[in-house]
Amino acid sequence: MKRLLILGGGTAGTMAANRLRRRLSPTEWRITVVDQSEAHYYQPGQLFIPFGIYRPSDLVKPRRRFLPEGVDLVIAEIERVVPEDNKVVLADESELGYDYLIIATGTSPRPQETPGLAGAEWQQSIHEFYTFEGASLLGEKIARWDGGRLVIHIVDMPIKCPVAPLEFTFLADAYFAEQGMRDRVEMIFVTPLDGAFTRPVASRHLGAMLEERKVALETDFMVERVDPEKKRLVSYDEREIPFDLLVTVPLNMGADYVARSGLGDELNYVPVDPQTLLSKAHDNIFALGDASDIPTSKAGSVAHFSLELFEENFVQYVRGRPMIQLFDGHANCFIESGRGKGLLIDFNYDTEPLPGKYPLPGLGPFTLLRESEANHWGKMLFRWVYWNLLLPGKEMPLEPLMSMAGKEVEATVR
Amino acid sequence: MPVAAIKDRLVKVDEEGFLTDYDEWDEELAKVLASQIGIEMTEDHWRAIRFLRSDYKENGETPTLRRVSTVGGIPTKDLFTLFPKKPAKKMAYIAGLPKPRGCV
Repeated sequence: MKRLLILGGGTAGTMAANRLRRRLSPTEWRITVVDQSEAHYYQPGQLFIPFGIYRPSDLVKPRRRFLPEGVDLVIAEIERVVPEDNKVVLADESELGYDYLIIATGTSPRPQETPGLAGAEWQQSIHEFYTFEGASLLGEKIARWDGGRLVIHIVDMPIKCPVAPLEFTFLADAYFAEQGMRDRVEMIFVTPLDGAFTRPVASRHLGAMLEERKVALETDFMVERVDPEKKRLVSYDEREIPFDLLVTVPLNMGADYVARSGLGDELNYVPVDPQTLLSKAHDNIFALGDASDIPTSKAGSVAHFSLELFEENFVQYVRGRPMIQLFDGHANCFIESGRGKGLLIDFNYDTEPLPGKYPLPGLGPFTLLRESEANHWGKMLFRWVYWNLLLPGKEMPLEPLMSMAGKEVEATVR
Repeated sequence: MPVAAIKDRLVKVDEEGFLTDYDEWDEELAKVLASQIGIEMTEDHWRAIRFLRSDYKENGETPTLRRVSTVGGIPTKDLFTLFPKKPAKKMAYIAGLPKPRGCV
């Protein structure tokens, strides 16, 4: 009996368990998922908690419910992987052997990595929304805040869901306008990138949306430390940005056991082949979802598209056949823009987000890089899609590889 | 692909002037590239540039500032002193490597 061990029962790990259980014979393969908690969170929903649109209880379900029959779930913390012995050691020192290992333990915010960030002002005037607790506390803060200087800030890239800080900014602008207090809130978006977003066309579109909403943009800002007493961000090149309320996205890092096992890069991400997701160091280890170092968004859509190809590759690979379904880094992300509208972006390793229609050229119903109500409804319906179609690995009418059909290529980029 | 004449040599560059062929680079060329962006190379500059070159050769990606500091052992603060304002971009330019990928 062979054993496939999946570390992490989040978006990527759950999809992998569902898809591979259907493909691998139950008499030949045992599949085990290890996760540290029983609760599966719908993470895209966290963005809406600070504005009271979702409550935390709307977004959590038992992890077991989304794993199929024939997959064991072990609730435990992972101490380390010992690749030489093909085994995983858990925190209680028990061991799980494997023939093949999938690392799908994602990424998490690390406020303690920036001096001054997790100090006295943490969750007083300094907040984050990438954890359920953090998003809820930020919601309480916003509900009683009477205005001032709101700084939205990214410590460093890459981060999970790189559009979320922009979405938070758009939603905050709409929220404060609705409360009749937008004129009492000064908003500044502070980023280590050289524009509102990473690639030129999207950066221009999204930068213009910040401008329309009277949000100042501070670029190339690499934070060195936070001064909690003076309430300032301080950059390595000695710029200082004062705040009354700081909403930061702390440094994101992969799981610590990845580092302890010698499997990670400087941010604990597992170096993999970007087309097959096979570890560069070990030929029976794959990394799926946010846990790998592939140069595309850390996003559920990437996990989804890559998993469709990975499923077939894995089945071939364990039979000694080549992996021929090559992933292109395809990502697509809804960007909620407030006032009942949203945008959608669609891109891959080589093609930046461009305007157009998706998934059907000319028809949509979604609009790429332009605001529409359809995009907003797409985003809101996605919660149902996530639990009912995505996690179980059901067929969706979307192609795993990115397509240029429906995209408008500008004559000149500048 | 555009070609630029740097001193007396022709090298392949992208539309922003970053070299596109790893092997067309040498330290003489780097000095010229550095002076074009107002940097005079010292031993501290070379340490960073040599790390970029060897790390790229090994991994096929231009290292980020964080990687130069954690793996290369040069504090980020020093990188901002050596290559003011946009150290990641300036180091890549001098090292003849692609601009670090803005990870989306």
